[in-house]
Amino acid sequence: MVSLNQLVAVCLLYVVGLFAVAFAAERAAARGRGDWLLRSPLVYTLSLSIYCTAWTFYGAVGYAARSGLEFVTIYLGPSLVMIGWWWILRRLVRIGRSHRVTSVADLISSRYGKSNLLAILVTIMAVIGVTPYIALQLQSVTLSLSIFASAEPQAPSGGGQINSAQAAFWVAVGLALFTVLFGTRNLNANERHHGVVIAIAVEAVVKLLALLAVGAFVVWGVAGGVEQTLAQIDRSAIGQWQVEGGRWTALTLLAAAAFICLPRMFQVLVVENGDERHLQTASWAFPLYLMLMSLFVVPIAVVGLDLLPEGSNPDLFVLSLPLSQGQNSLAMFAFLGGFSSATSMVIVATLALSTMVSNHIVMPIWLTYGQNTVQQSGDVRHVVILSRRLSILLIISLGYCYYRLSGGGGALAAIGTISFGGVAQFLPVLLGGIFWRGATRTGAICGLTVGFALWVYTMLLPSFGPGAALSASTFQNGLFGLQWLRPEALFGINGLDPTVHAVLWSLSINALVFIAVSLFSFPAPVERLQGAQFVNIFDHSTAARGWSASVAASEDLMIMAQRILGAAEAQGFFRAQAQLQEKHDGLPEPTPRFVQALERELAASVGAATAHAMVAQLVGGASVSVQDLLAVADESAQMLEYSSQLEIKSRALTDTAAKLRSANDKLTQLSHQKDSFLSQISHELRTPMTSIRAFSEILRDAEGLGPEEKTRYASIIHSETIRLTRLLDDLLDLSVLENGEVSLNRQRGVLRDVLDQAVTTARAANTRVIKIDRESAGEDIVLDTDLDRLVQVFINLITNAQKYCVADDPQLSIRAHQRGRRIIVDLIDNGAGIDAASQTLIFEKFSRLPGQGGEGAGLGLAICREIIKRLEGDISYLTDVSGTGFRVELPIAQTDI
Amino acid sequence: MSKLPGSPLFLERRSYRFRRMMDAVRLLPLLVLGFWMVPLLWPVPDPSAGDAVPMSHALRYVFGVWLAGIACCFLLWRRTARQIAQETQG
Repeated sequence: MVSLNQLVAVCLLYVVGLFAVAFAAERAAARGRGDWLLRSPLVYTLSLSIYCTAWTFYGAVGYAARSGLEFVTIYLGPSLVMIGWWWILRRLVRIGRSHRVTSVADLISSRYGKSNLLAILVTIMAVIGVTPYIALQLQSVTLSLSIFASAEPQAPSGGGQINSAQAAFWVAVGLALFTVLFGTRNLNANERHHGVVIAIAVEAVVKLLALLAVGAFVVWGVAGGVEQTLAQIDRSAIGQWQVEGGRWTALTLLAAAAFICLPRMFQVLVVENGDERHLQTASWAFPLYLMLMSLFVVPIAVVGLDLLPEGSNPDLFVLSLPLSQGQNSLAMFAFLGGFSSATSMVIVATLALSTMVSNHIVMPIWLTYGQNTVQQSGDVRHVVILSRRLSILLIISLGYCYYRLSGGGGALAAIGTISFGGVAQFLPVLLGGIFWRGATRTGAICGLTVGFALWVYTMLLPSFGPGAALSASTFQNGLFGLQWLRPEALFGINGLDPTVHAVLWSLSINALVFIAVSLFSFPAPVERLQGAQFVNIFDHSTAARGWSASVAASEDLMIMAQRILGAAEAQGFFRAQAQLQEKHDGLPEPTPRFVQALERELAASVGAATAHAMVAQLVGGASVSVQDLLAVADESAQMLEYSSQLEIKSRALTDTAAKLRSANDKLTQLSHQKDSFLSQISHELRTPMTSIRAFSEILRDAEGLGPEEKTRYASIIHSETIRLTRLLDDLLDLSVLENGEVSLNRQRGVLRDVLDQAVTTARAANTRVIKIDRESAGEDIVLDTDLDRLVQVFINLITNAQKYCVADDPQLSIRAHQRGRRIIVDLIDNGAGIDAASQTLIFEKFSRLPGQGGEGAGLGLAICREIIKRLEGDISYLTDVSGTGFRVELPIAQTDI
Repeated sequence: MSKLPGSPLFLERRSYRFRRMMDAVRLLPLLVLGFWMVPLLWPVPDPSAGDAVPMSHALRYVFGVWLAGIACCFLLWRRTARQIAQETQG
C-alpha cells in the first residue's frame, strides 16, 4: 500500500520536476533557443488542456456514474468551439494580438471604450464565478488524499480519515505558493509565460496518460476487452440513453460559452497564443485530446459501480478502482494525474484572475488615491507584482472559503457547472462586442449585471443548500414571498431542471437586456472607435490614432515607461521607436503613432484601461474624441469640396480659354479673309472699272469709230456697270439685312411654287446644266413668309451647286418635309463636299472656298443666312451626307392648321 | 470579408478550391453540432416501454461523430493551413 507520506513525497518530487522544466524553458526562451518547442502548435494545444481540470479527471467519472452520458456535453461544447475556430476564436485571437489584450476583462473593457467600470465589473464577476471552480480543485485533491489515507493499513479502522479542512488548507497554501513562484516572475502579462506554459503542457501529458492508463487497465485488465466492456455497460444501471434533451442542449451550450469566457481559457487561448496558425492546428488536435480524455470515462464508471462497494464516492473511482485491485503504482500515477489537473488549473486561473484584479482594480485605485503621479520616478513594477501576488492569495483563499462553506460534499460536476454558469454571463457581451458595432457600454453593464444577478440567485446561492444562503422559505415561496421569484422556478415556470432553468433565464435575459439597452443608448466616442476596430478587425488591424501628443514630452513618457516596463525594456522600446522615426540618437518624437504604440506596450503590463489612464495623465487627456475626428473629417471634406470646386472652375477656365482661342482663330481667319476679300473686291471692282475706263476713253478719244463698234463698246461698259451694280447691291443687301433694316413682304404660298421659280431662274442664269431631282409630294406645304426672299435663298443655293459641284454628272436632290412645326428643305448635291475646316466659315461674309474659281464675291451664303434668320428659320450645312448639302428650316404657316 | 470593388468575379481553379475549402471549414462545426443534437430525437427511457437506446450504441454514436469531426477538421487543416498562413501574412 502507498503510505500518505510516500504520496506527499512523490508529489513534492513531481512539483520540483515541474519547476525544473519551467526554469529550463524560461532560460531557453531567454537565450532565444528552443523556439521550435516553446512556440510549437503542440505546446499550444497541450496548454489548452487546462480546460480538463480535476473535474474532468475525477468528476467526469462521478458524473457518468450518476447521470450516464450527460458528462460528455462538457467536452462537446469546447470541441464545437474549436472545430468552429474560424467563427469566433480566430477573431478573438486577432483582436487579442493586435490590441495586446491581457485578459477577458481587458478585452471587454477595451472594446467598450476602455471603460474601467466595466473592467472592474467583469473582474469581480470572474473572481466570484471561478471561486467554486477553485474550491472544486481543493476538494478533489483533498478527497484523493483522503482515499489514500483511509486505505492506509497502519491507521486504525475508521480513524484513517484525515482532517479534510486542514488538508484542504495545506493544499491551498501549496497551490498559492506554487502559483506565486511560477506566475509572477515577469510582469508583462501579454508576454508569454514560457515556464508556465511548458509546465502545463507536461501536466497535460501526465493527466492524459494517467487517465488512459486507468482506462486501459479497466477495459483490458478488469473487464476483459472492448466487447465485454460494452456488454457490461449495457447491463449496468446507466446502460440506457437517459439524457434529458434540455440538459443535453443547455450543457453543451454552457460548456461552449465557458470555454470561451473562462479567464484561464482566455489566457491560454488568446493571451498566450504566439502564432495565429496554431489555432487551426489546435482545431483538430484539441478535440482529439478531449475525446481521449472522455473515452474511458463510462467504462471506469460502470466497472467502478460494479466492483466497488455500495456508497463509495463515484468521483474517486479513478483512484479507488486501481487501489481495490491492488494496483498501487497505477493508483499513484492516477493521483499524479489528478494532482496535475488541479494544479495546472489553479495556476493558470489564479494567474489570469490576479492579472485582472491587479490591472483593473488595484492599479486604478493606486493611481487615483496614491499621492503618486506617473511622472515620478521609481519603479511601479513592485506595486504591480505585489498586487498580483496578493490577488493570488485572495483568490485561493476565496476558493478555500467556498470549500468550507459548501461543506466539501457536493458532486464535483455540480460545482463545476455553477462556475460555468457564472462565467458564461460574459458571452453575450463578448460576442456582441466582436460582431456588433451597435453594442454599447451601458448595454454591456446592464446585461452583465442582470445576468450575473440572476446567476447568483438561481445557481450560486441555491448551491449552498436550503437554509444556508437562502432560507428554506425563499425556496418554497420565493423572495419576499413572491411566488414568481422562487430561485428554481422563476416567473412561475415549474418543472425545469435547475441547471437548465438557471442557464436559460440568466443567459437569455442577460442577452435581451444587453441588446435592448444597447439599441437605446448612445456610445461615447472612444467606444465607437474601439467598436469599429474590434468588429472590423480583419479589415484594418492597425489602430486608429488616439492621441494628439504634442503636449507630452518624451522625457515624461520615458520616465513612466521605465517605471512600468523596467529601465532596460523601456529604453529598448524607445530606441526602437526612435529608429522607426529615423532618428538615430535621443528620444523619439511624441507623435500620435508613438504614443499609441507606447500605450499598447503599457497595456500589455497593466491592462488597456489603466494604460490609457496613465498616458492620459501625461498627455493631459488630449485623447482625440470622435467629435474631433468628425471635425477633422468635416474640414477635410470641406477642403475636398473646395478643391473640387477649384477643379470645376479651372476646367471652366480651360473651356473658356479654348473657346477664346477658337474665336481668336476664327477672327484671325476672318481677318485674313477680309484682307483677301479686299484684294479680291478691288480686283473685282478694278476689272470692270478698267474695261469701263478703257472703253470710255476709246469712245471719247478714238476717231472714226463705226456705230456698231460704238454700240459694242457702250454695251460692254453697260454690262460691266451692271456687274458692278450687282456687287454693290449684294453688299448693300447684306448690310441692310445685318442691320435689321429690311422690311419683309409676307405672302402665303406653296413651297413647290417657290422651288419651281428658284429652279427656273437659276437654270436660266447659268449655262452649266445640273440635274435636279425633286419629290413634289413633299413640297405641298403652305408657307406664310416673304416668298421673294425665300426664292432668293433657293436660287443662291441652286446656283452654288451649279457652279461648284465637281461631279461629272452633277445632280442636286431637293427634299422637303415637315417635322413638327418646322418645314425642312434639304438640298444635297453629289459633289465633293466641303472640308471640315471650311464648314464653319462658309456662312461668313466674303468667304470663298480656297481653290475654287468663280466670280462670286463670297456673299451669297452670308446673305442667305441673314435672310433665313429674318424669316425665323435656320440654315445649316449638313455634315453627314456624301456631297455638299444644305438644310433650310422654316416655321410653317401659323394659320394653316 | 471585405469585397474590394476591383476583385475579380471568377477565380482560377486553385483559389476557387481554396475558397470552397474555407466554406467547408466554416460549415463543419454546424454539421457536427447537427449530428450531436440527433440524440435529442432518441426516446427517453420509459419503465413501461423497453425501446430505449442502449448505452453502447449511444457511446459509439457520440464518439463516432466526434472522431469523424476531428478527421474532417484534420483533413481541412492539411489542405488549407498553408494558404491561410499566406493570406494572413499578405
